[in-house]
Amino acid sequence: MEGVDQIFVIAKHWITAWSFWPNALRPFVSILLSIVPIIGLFALAFGITTVVERKALGRVQNRYGPNRVGIPLTKIRLAGFGQFMADGIKMLIKEDIVPFSADKVVHYLAPLALAIPVWLTFAVIPFGRNMSAIDLDAGLLFFFALGAGSELAVFMAGWSSRNKYALVGAMRGIAQMISYEIPLVLSTVAVVMIVGSLSLNEIVRAQSSYSLGFIPHWHVFTPWGFAAFVFFMIAACAETNRAPFDLPEAESEIIAGYLTEYSGFKYALFFLGEYMGLFAITGFAVTLFLGGWTAPLPFLNVVPSWLWFFLKFATLIALFIWVRATVPRLRMDQLMKLAWKFLVPLTLINLLVAAVWHYSGGWAFTGALAIRWVFCGAVIGSAYVALGRGLHTKHFAPRAYRYAD
Amino acid sequence: MLGTGLIKGMAETARNFIGSYHDEARLVTVQYPEETVPPKENGRNFPFLVFDGNDPQAGLRCVACQICEKECPPQCIYIIKSKDKKPDHVGKPQIYPATFDIDVSVCMSCQICVEVCPFEAIKMDQVFELSTTDRFDKLLLRKSDLAKPNTYYHQLHPTEAMEVDGRLAEDKKKAEAKAKADAEAKAKAAAAPPKAAATASAPVPAKAPAQPGSVTVQPAPASAGAPTSSPPALNTTPVQPEAPKEAKP
Repeated sequence: MEGVDQIFVIAKHWITAWSFWPNALRPFVSILLSIVPIIGLFALAFGITTVVERKALGRVQNRYGPNRVGIPLTKIRLAGFGQFMADGIKMLIKEDIVPFSADKVVHYLAPLALAIPVWLTFAVIPFGRNMSAIDLDAGLLFFFALGAGSELAVFMAGWSSRNKYALVGAMRGIAQMISYEIPLVLSTVAVVMIVGSLSLNEIVRAQSSYSLGFIPHWHVFTPWGFAAFVFFMIAACAETNRAPFDLPEAESEIIAGYLTEYSGFKYALFFLGEYMGLFAITGFAVTLFLGGWTAPLPFLNVVPSWLWFFLKFATLIALFIWVRATVPRLRMDQLMKLAWKFLVPLTLINLLVAAVWHYSGGWAFTGALAIRWVFCGAVIGSAYVALGRGLHTKHFAPRAYRYAD
Repeated sequence: MLGTGLIKGMAETARNFIGSYHDEARLVTVQYPEETVPPKENGRNFPFLVFDGNDPQAGLRCVACQICEKECPPQCIYIIKSKDKKPDHVGKPQIYPATFDIDVSVCMSCQICVEVCPFEAIKMDQVFELSTTDRFDKLLLRKSDLAKPNTYYHQLHPTEAMEVDGRLAEDKKKAEAKAKADAEAKAKAAAAPPKAAATASAPVPAKAPAQPGSVTVQPAPASAGAPTSSPPALNTTPVQPEAPKEAKP
């Protein structure tokens, strides 16, 4: 079992140790062996996710979704899972149109500025036991520092296109991403406070034990952790511009937002970058709240750790798709209100709750756990209800049309 | 409480998601090449020519009157009249189209040709799988592609075809009755001496316009020069009203 769990680590060491490589080349081989599987795997996951997403959205709307494209020149259809290859080839051979009055350099750099930092964030995520490309002490900080780069890319795209829709989309994107960055970071700060480390491996290790022999110490199973997980997921949804927070590229209002003037492979790169952002933040959520690669029950540790990671990962992706299939797009003022009047205060209260949880960890009397649970749950729950009421002001009520009636 | 509506909505989408796997009837999609919807009786797309009997040439109802050609909004019909005549369904000798082409890439399926046809000769078809790799020749339907038997018309639009058949049969009956009456009248008139006018009259009208025609055409090429020389040459015999116009310059 140990072998299966560590199969990729062992394989990497084995290949690096080949006498075939000159000694000077060995570090680079090791680096490549860390990078290439990540890129390959997540590029494949990207393709499959697009098909799965379209199929799921179709099923929700009582359609089939894509089910035609299979292996070319044969009758094999693979239930439509060849679709992403066909789409990719189509994107590659399309004409790359650059608007006449666009800022050509910035227009060219924007998709790269989105895709490259997003790929880099995968470096710190532990995909399994001993399976993170680099084990940074400040991995969490690294993740957010690179994640903030996507805002720059979005604005570069919108500004350089010289198109009003692109610019409106980019402005919306900036406003939204900066607003939601705050609840996103604040909800992870609770985890950092409890664990006492910015290293993602350390955070997973802190969640890898079990109480009473079967309850995993995942952060999502604590009152502050559950709240932080919910806020994190909402903010992550907004951060990756996914429905219901897809205002920057709201096709019914502003064509395609900042993507309006992009075509061909640059568009594909944007698309890829967006999904990679989703994957990275999902992997991050798994690491922070769902125990990373740890098994939900002790005896399930026989299943390889990387498989657990990807199971949780797939579950969260499915959740994102489900939400996308359900919730309609927000209005811009609703979006801002949700961030600033609801999520930010709640995540701040959640920090206090996490602090209480942390300092009451030393209580030794009987029933201490129950008191902690009730107190922390009550604080965050009542804050949620109260602030939720506050959102039901006239601005959130159904619109009244004064003049049209 | 905030969020309950979200949960309700998620439950609804989940119900539809699972339901679409559980209950095939929910999926309304018709997966086209494998499955097709049976055609509706009033469905239509491109026109075709109806012929009676078994021979598409002999039974063709079209008499090349060119009304459809003139009425066609996108001008996708092209007809050349025949020089000779053939009997129509009543037995009367009629011109028939020597060429009858419809450009289906131009046709907009408006059915106006069908509305205006006084001979029930052109009707709407229901074929739609006309895609081809040859966009010039294969999209220009010739007379041979267009001619389809009356039985086919019955298959497509049974109610309408019955009506049309009734009308045509009535026409035929009327024509027969008239022919009978004519024959009787002729038999009565047989007592009178038979005149050869019927056969002799043919060259007479042909000669009559030839005289003014030859007078006007001759100066036209001389005065108008090369560009106008070809139309008058084409119109030598039949056109009388145009002749004075050309004589003006």
